[in-house]
Amino acid sequence: MTKQVLVIEDEPNIVEAISFILSRDGWKVSTHANGETAVQAVYDASPDVLILDVMLPGRSGYDILKDLRANDATRTLPVLMLTARGQRTDRELAQRLGVSKFMTKPFSNAEVLETLNDLVSG
Amino acid sequence: MPQSRLTGSRIRERRLFLGQKQSGLAKAVGISAAYLNLIEHNRRRIGGKLLQDIARELGTDALALTEGAEAALLGALRDAGQRVPEVEPELHRAEDLAGRFPGWAGLVAAQHQRIRDLEQLVEALSDRLTHDPELAASLHEVISAVTAIRSTVAILSGGGDIDPDWQSRFLRNMREEGRRLSGAAQGLVEYLDAGADQDMAPVVPGEELAAFLDQRDHHLPELEALSDAQGDTREAAIEALVEKVGVLETAEAKDVARRHFQQYAADAAAIPLDRLQAARVTAQDDVSALAEQFGQPLPVVMRRLAFVPPPDGDAMVGLVSCDGSGSLYLRKPLPGFALPRFGAACPYWPLYQALSRPGQPQRALVEQPGPTPRRFLCQAICLARDTLVFDRPPVLEAVMLIQPADDAQAAGAKALPVGSSCRVCPRTDCAARREASILSPDR
Repeated sequence: MTKQVLVIEDEPNIVEAISFILSRDGWKVSTHANGETAVQAVYDASPDVLILDVMLPGRSGYDILKDLRANDATRTLPVLMLTARGQRTDRELAQRLGVSKFMTKPFSNAEVLETLNDLVSG
Repeated sequence: MPQSRLTGSRIRERRLFLGQKQSGLAKAVGISAAYLNLIEHNRRRIGGKLLQDIARELGTDALALTEGAEAALLGALRDAGQRVPEVEPELHRAEDLAGRFPGWAGLVAAQHQRIRDLEQLVEALSDRLTHDPELAASLHEVISAVTAIRSTVAILSGGGDIDPDWQSRFLRNMREEGRRLSGAAQGLVEYLDAGADQDMAPVVPGEELAAFLDQRDHHLPELEALSDAQGDTREAAIEALVEKVGVLETAEAKDVARRHFQQYAADAAAIPLDRLQAARVTAQDDVSALAEQFGQPLPVVMRRLAFVPPPDGDAMVGLVSCDGSGSLYLRKPLPGFALPRFGAACPYWPLYQALSRPGQPQRALVEQPGPTPRRFLCQAICLARDTLVFDRPPVLEAVMLIQPADDAQAAGAKALPVGSSCRVCPRTDCAARREASILSPDR
C-alpha cells in the first residue's frame, strides 16, 4: 500500500527536491508551507509520516510539534524534523517535545529516504 | 565595628605621616610600644576603645582606620579565591596577604578582574553568534540554499531516467539557489566585515576610537578652534575631548585617541578650516595644488580633505592609513568603496604601491567589483613618520585619499581593477590573490 508523507517546509526548491525523490521511491507526497495553518494541514492530510521544518513563516516547527503531540489523533505520528540549527539545545528541545527523528540541513537524500522508511516500518 | 588586620598598616601609615614616634603614641593610649608595633604590623587585631583612642590621637576617624581601599582589595582577593576552589587558597589569610604583600595582592585582584572582563567579552561574542537575528537569518539563508543545491545535485547526478521537464526545473532551481547562496554569502561576509557589531562593545582600542570617529564622521570641531592656541591650551582641549568621549573606556583606547587628536589638532593648525574651505572652491580638491598653496605635506592635506565637511554639493571623500606592515589603522569609509574590517586589503590599492615607493606620490583610477562596478580616484603617499637616522629603519606611514570618480573618469579612461580583500573579491583572474574568494565570479 502506498505510504503518504506530508512535507511542511517553506523553501520551494527543497520541497521540490524532497518531493521528487520520495515520489520516485513510491511515496504519495503532499506539501504545505505555512506554519500557522500547518496543524490543520496535518489533520486534513492524515499522513503516515510527517517531515517538519523548524523555521516556518507564522509558527515554529517546535510549536507545531507540541500541538500535534497534545492531540490523540497525532500523538504517535512519526515526525522527522529538519533544521538548519543543529545545536545540542535544539536537538534536546525537539526530543522533549516528542520528535521521532531530528536531522540537520544540509541532509543527504538517501538519509531522508532511509529514515522515513524506518519510521513507517518501525 | 568591623575589625581588620590591615588597620594596623593604616595606623602606622598615619603615624608616620604625622611624624609621631611609636613610643609616643603607645604611651598616649596606654599600651607598650612593643604591643603597638605588633598592631602596626597586623599581628594583633584591634578594635573597641583602643581603636577609638588611637584614632583620636592620630586626628582621624576610627572608621577611616578600619575601612579603606583595602576593603575592595580584600573583596577581590576572596572573590578570586572562591572562583577556583580546587586550589584551596587560605581565604582566611587574605588580609595577611594584602597587608604584607600589597603589590602581589593587587596583582591577583587585577588579574581576577581581567579574567572577569574577558569572560564577559567571550559571553557577549558567544551571545552574538547564538542570538544575533541578522546573523541567524543570514546563516539560515546560506544553509537553506546549500540544502536545496545538495539535494538537487544528488538527483541529477544519481543516475536513472529523469524526465526532461524535471531536468530543466532542477537546473533552473540550481541557478536560483546558486545566485541566492552567492548573495547570502556576500551579505554575511559584509555583515561580519563592515561593522555590523555596532551594538557590541569594541574589542580592541582602535575600534573604540573608530566607533567615536564614525559617529562624528571624523570631524572634530573642538579641535578646529585651536589653530592659534598655545601648547598647554591645546593639550588641555585634547585631554578634555578624550575624557568627553563616552566610548573610550580603556586607558589603551584613550592613548590611541590622544595620538589621533594631537595629529588632528596639528593638521588643523597647519591648514585652518576657513582657509581650507575657501581654497577648495578654487583648487577643487586638487591635493597637489592645496599642498603647494599651504606649503604642507600631502598627508596633511589628505587628512584635512577627509576629515572636514565637504563644501555644499561636493562629494564625501574617504581615507585610509597604514604603517609598514600594511595593516590599516585609520579608515574613514566612503560609501561604495568597500574596506576590509580586519586583515589585509587589496594589494593593488595605490596605498600599497606608495608603501613600496616612499616619497613618490601614487595616483590611480580604480574600479571595485560589484553588481554595478564603481570607480574611484585614489591618491596615496608614503612618508617616514619619525626622524630619519642611521642604523634604524624608518617608521613608514602611507595615506590614501579616496574620491568618487567624476563623470569623465567614470565613463572613459581605463580603470585599475581592485577589490576590498581577497575573501570577498570575486575576481578570478587576479595575480595578487592570496586566498580563495567565497563569492561566485558572476556577481
